[in-house]
Order: sequence, then C-alpha cells, then structure tokens
Amino acid sequence: MSSQRPTSSNKITDDELNALILRLQTLLPQLDQSRHGRVSAAKVLNEICSYIRRLQNEVDGLSGRLSQCLDSMDLTGFDAEIVRDLLQQ
Amino acid sequence: MDSQHLNPSSLKSRFTARFLRALIKINAQKPISSSSPRDIFQRYQRIKVAADKSMAYSVRSRRTWSRATLWKLRSRSRRRLASSGRRSSIKTRTTTTTTTTTTSTNHRAAIVEKTSHEKENKEDHVGLAVQAEELRELVPGGESMDLCNLLDETAHYIKCLTTQVQVMKKIANLYSLE
Repeated sequence: MSSQRPTSSNKITDDELNALILRLQTLLPQLDQSRHGRVSAAKVLNEICSYIRRLQNEVDGLSGRLSQCLDSMDLTGFDAEIVRDLLQQ
Repeated sequence: MDSQHLNPSSLKSRFTARFLRALIKINAQKPISSSSPRDIFQRYQRIKVAADKSMAYSVRSRRTWSRATLWKLRSRSRRRLASSGRRSSIKTRTTTTTTTTTTSTNHRAAIVEKTSHEKENKEDHVGLAVQAEELRELVPGGESMDLCNLLDETAHYIKCLTTQVQVMKKIANLYSLE
C-alpha cells in the first residue's frame, strides 16, 4: 500500500493515516474486517460518505415520523421511567 | 452494544433527556388539534433542528463538528428572525446549499489538477484528498479541518449520529404504538 518513507512535507505520517482509516473501517458494518480484511483507504472514505448520508437521511425520516405522532404523544407523563426504558436496550 | 447506556451521564442519556425536553416544548407550542400539512412540516423542521442541537449540546462543544453545528444553527435562527417571513428563510437555505455544491466541485477539480504532479510520491494520498473533499461537505465544520482532524472528527460524528438515530427510532416506535 503506502511506503514507510518519511514524508517531511506531510504533517501526518502514513502510519497515522492508516490507523485513522482503520478506525473508520471498524465503524462501518458493511466493511466488517473479518470478512473483507484490509480495504483501500479511498474505498473506506467512500463508504463513510455513503454511511453518513444514510444516517442523516434517517434522522430526517425519523423527524418526519415524530412530527406526525407528536400530536398524540402524551409527553406530560414522561419521567425517569420512560427514559430508563428507552435506554435499556 | 456498549455498557455505557446505563450510565446516566453517558452521551446517550444526555441526548435522550435533552431531546425529550425539546419535544415537550415543541408539542406545547402548537395546539394539539391543529395538524394541517403546514403545521406538520414546521414541526418536522423544529424536531430535526432539536435533534441536531440536542446532540451537539450533549457533546458539550468538545468537538469541532459540534461547535460548527451549534454555530450554524444559531446563525440560521438569527437570519430567520431578521428576515420578513418563513418563506424567505427557506429560500436562503436552498441558495446556501447550491453555493456549497458549486464551490466544492471547483475545489475538487483544483485538487485533482494539483495532485497529479505529486502522484509518484503520494498515490494513496491523491485518492484520499478527493474523497476527503466529499467528506468535508458532510461533516459539520469539515471545510477548515486538516486531513488528520477530519478523519478523527468523522469517527466521533458517526458514533454520535448512530446514537441519535437509535434514540429517535426508539422514541418514534414507543409513541407510535400508543
């Protein structure tokens, strides 16, 4: 992949870069390392961009869902019980 | 996933509490009987802003992306107050998005031109630089980060986004069953 040559013009070393890319790869469920091994950095970033877009769209969709049922929500009774229940799983 | 979700001071707990409080406020702002499409759309916008804001606040501006989000939301609400009506502020948002896209396309072209000279030394960095430009558009505050920070902020941003989606989904499921 990348050489280990010291690149003084670069502030960031290849090792650092690889470590950061690898960390991003672990966040991607679709690029699970046990099945795909090492993936090119460009591909990881590509998948990351798609993943972020998907998450942002999900937030959009969920906001829409909540705006529909906000009417019927009895939020006045919300207390620690509900919060705990929400966070249980 | 992680054992943090039982911790009352975890990011997930802080976000959940904040977001629920915001929902209560939004719910109280309009009479329950009104559910015209326009009201629902307004509510949707408010909920989305509340969700992003709650997460950014829960991160406590420890991160560049959360600070950028809060700054963006604050300046947008200031613009909305200054403008004459709701329609004009929506137009402003659309224009801003278009400008950003054009700028980044030119930017991307410039990057590709520049890096073709350095190709022999930094094959991987070339592909990375182009992809990073796309990432900069997605991560709040990404335009001003160097590559190292960008990748670091991205990891944190994704973790927070997944938490945000997880909690919002649970709330939506909880209240759509009632």
